[in-house]
Amino acid sequence: MKYMLLLNRTADALPAPGTPELDRIIQEYGAAVEAMGRAGVLIDCAPLAALSSTTTVRVRDGETIVTDGPSAEIKEQLGGYSIIECADLDEALKWAATIPAARDASVEIRPIVGMPAPA
Amino acid sequence: MTGPLDQLIHQQWWAAVATVCRLTGDLDAAEDAVQDACVAALERWPAAGVPDNVLGWLIGVARHKAVDRLRREANRGAKEAAAMREISDSGTGAGARAWAEAGAEVRAGTWAGAGAEAGAGAGAEAEAGAGAGEDGSPRATDRLGLMFLCCHPALDVSARVALTLRSVCGLSTAEIAAAFLVPDETMAKRLVRAKAKIREARIPFRIPGEAELPERLGAVLRVIYLLFTEGHMASRGEALIRGELCDRAIALARGVAELLPGEPEAAGLLALLLLTDARRAARTDDLGDLVLLEDQDRGRWDPDMIAEGEAVLEAALGQGRPGRYQLHAAIAACHSTAASADGTDWRQIALLYAELVRHEPTPVVEANRGVAVAMAEGPAAGLVILDALAHHPQLRRWAQLYIARAELLRRLGRDDEATDAYRSALELEPAPASRSFIARRLRELGGNGSAN
Repeated sequence: MKYMLLLNRTADALPAPGTPELDRIIQEYGAAVEAMGRAGVLIDCAPLAALSSTTTVRVRDGETIVTDGPSAEIKEQLGGYSIIECADLDEALKWAATIPAARDASVEIRPIVGMPAPA
Repeated sequence: MTGPLDQLIHQQWWAAVATVCRLTGDLDAAEDAVQDACVAALERWPAAGVPDNVLGWLIGVARHKAVDRLRREANRGAKEAAAMREISDSGTGAGARAWAEAGAEVRAGTWAGAGAEAGAGAGAEAEAGAGAGEDGSPRATDRLGLMFLCCHPALDVSARVALTLRSVCGLSTAEIAAAFLVPDETMAKRLVRAKAKIREARIPFRIPGEAELPERLGAVLRVIYLLFTEGHMASRGEALIRGELCDRAIALARGVAELLPGEPEAAGLLALLLLTDARRAARTDDLGDLVLLEDQDRGRWDPDMIAEGEAVLEAALGQGRPGRYQLHAAIAACHSTAASADGTDWRQIALLYAELVRHEPTPVVEANRGVAVAMAEGPAAGLVILDALAHHPQLRRWAQLYIARAELLRRLGRDDEATDAYRSALELEPAPASRSFIARRLRELGGNGSAN
């Protein structure tokens, strides 16, 4: 059984570069995922960019509607995820619009920070 | 912007930022570098003379500066990434390394990786050539690319408008803040946030493909239209017309129409703005109050702008693909060609609105059709259409509908109902110019006019 852990945080952006706060976060998260990696349970993980860099896609009547920010629809809830590698946001938007969730509710596109290049 | 040299340099802003942005892949760096290049030009050119190729000079200098900055940022990012990798090497877990690299990238500014690629490539060329080699020269599509970037639907609409004024028009943050009556700091934050999103979400600098073009062009035209209406209506300002914004919007519409000659809606927007702005001098009286179209001194309309607007519209309609902006322009042209308010062809205008409703099915367009029908067939016929819209949720807070209803009721002699409608409009706190217009009508209706 695979589980997706959803990591919540209270501030939108990570602490400023060079601050002890950011160093502590990197150390603590590094230790946690390192332990999971050693135990062989970790498949993938990464931090997400600030919520303000989110784009939401909806497809209605065949038309793709793009909006800035996360979905504000309280009737919608997280129901799955895909991680895709694209050249830019336009390509990601194109793929997001093909997912049925874009028709039924919405798909949020949130950049992943600093994924290492695939080996 | 004062002297002729300032103007000469400023005319190249759009093209210079666009080309440097394409070459470096970083809007913020491009904008700062072009700003620096403009300052350098103003310092050097009075003594050294103006170069033959003003745009080429600005691009060459700006590109160097932008590449330098991106390379500095990329080096910093690479050093930190290497240091973090050493720390995490003991762990060797892929996850730990991902976090370490993420941390380094956050330290260096989130787009350091992308900037490094673009910066390194562009830098090598800049060193090999004089900075204006084949790849360094502007392309015809650059200006469009910048426009599509600034008006990307993944950005908030207010951010698109602000970014267009900053990056495409070259207005300062303070000038944009003043135009939208927000504190400088608020506008600065909005611009920083928009550029951060472009960088973090990697919104591309590109011309949309054929399939995306209609929708993406629509977003561009909408931003230009919003810019114009902001200057024209000045809903949040005391001055009725902020001409600067109107001038900028017309220049943008002209540029986009020239760059996309096969898109009649771009020309349609240009025609609409020209025909509307031609009435600028007649739209306000000496006190700054709004003068209704029917009461305007048509001798103060700008005949050259009207002639240009009509010619642009005719060519656009000739392409046989009508759309909302062409229809709006055709309606504006009906007013421009009428010798007097009484001579307006309202039947034609009502027909154009009926066609417009098919392209732009909004209650606001339907309300305007109601007004046109009232003019063509009498107030009673128009009132039927407006009354049908009275409870539309989108129009509940739209003062113009109440004002239009009030006008028709007044013409029908239903003074009490007209007074109520004017008062409802006032409660919605319309623009100052509309407020004083309503106050005047209320005085004429003989009620206790000072409803405020």
